[in-house]
Amino acid sequence: MADNLETTVAFWYLAIAAVGAGALMLVARNPVHSAISLVIVIFHVAGLFVILGAGFLAVAQIAIYAGAIVVLFLFTLMMLDMRRLPEERVTHRQIWLGIPLGILLAIEGVVVSVGTPEISASIKGAFPPATVSELGGSTQALAVALFNEFTLPFLGASVLLTAATIGAIVLARRVESHEQADFPQAAKASPPDEAPAEPVLEESAR
Amino acid sequence: MMLNGFLVVGALLFALGATGVLIRRNAIVMLMCIELMLQGANVTLAAFSRYLDDQAGFVLVVFSLTVAAAEVAIGLAILVALSRVNPVVNVDQLDSLSG
Repeated sequence: MADNLETTVAFWYLAIAAVGAGALMLVARNPVHSAISLVIVIFHVAGLFVILGAGFLAVAQIAIYAGAIVVLFLFTLMMLDMRRLPEERVTHRQIWLGIPLGILLAIEGVVVSVGTPEISASIKGAFPPATVSELGGSTQALAVALFNEFTLPFLGASVLLTAATIGAIVLARRVESHEQADFPQAAKASPPDEAPAEPVLEESAR
Repeated sequence: MMLNGFLVVGALLFALGATGVLIRRNAIVMLMCIELMLQGANVTLAAFSRYLDDQAGFVLVVFSLTVAAAEVAIGLAILVALSRVNPVVNVDQLDSLSG
C-alpha cells in the first residue's frame, strides 16, 4: 500500500484515537466506561488492520473482540453487580511505582520502534503484493498460509477453544447442594469467608 | 516510513495495557488491560507481516485472537466462581492464599 496522503491522514487519526481511548480506559472510574473505551480501541485497531491490507483480520477483530469478548466483559460486570460492591479507590497503592514503570516501558518501546531500520529486500517473505493480488486478495493469501504452513496450529487452536469452553462452564457452574458432599471445602468455606471480608474492607478504606 | 508509525502505536498500546495492569485494582479492568496489551502486540505483528511481505504475522494475529477469547472466557469464569465465595473484585482483597 502506497504511503499516500489519505493513508497517512487515516493512520494518524486511527493511531491517536486508539491510544487516546486506551488512556481513557485506564482513567475511567466506572468499569463499564472502561469496556466502552476498549470497544473504541478495538474499532480503531481494526481500521489500522484495513490500512495494513488485512481486511479479514479487521472483520474478525470486530466480530470476536467487540462482538464476543467485550460483551462477555459486560455480562460479567452485570452478574457481579458492581453497584452493590463497596466504593473503593480505583487505583492501586503502588501507583507511584506503576506509572513511572509504564512511562519507562512506553519510552523504551517508542525508541526501539523509531529506530527500526528500513526492511531490506533480501529478508522479504514469499507474499509480495503481486502474489497476493494473483491469489485473489489478502483473505485468500491468509488462507493459503493458514491452511498449508499453519494447519497443525490451526487444529491446536480448535482444541484450545474446546478446552476453554469446557473449563469456563465447569468453573462458572453453581455447585448444587447435592454435590456439596463432593466439595466439602466449598460448602464449608463460603459462609465464614464472607464474614471476615468486612473488616478487610474497612481496613483498606482508610 | 509507515512501519515505524505502526510499531509506535503497538508499543504505546502495550505500555498503556501494562500500566493499567499495574495500577488498577478492579480485576475485570485488569483483564481488559491485558486485552489492550494483546491489541498492541497484534498491531506490531500485522505491521511487520505487511512490510515483510509475509503472511505469518497475520496468521499469528488470528491465533492471538483465539487465545484472547479463551483467556477471557477462563478469566471471567474464575472471577464469577470467586465472587460466590468472596464477593469482591478488588485484587487487594483476594489474599486468601497469603496465610
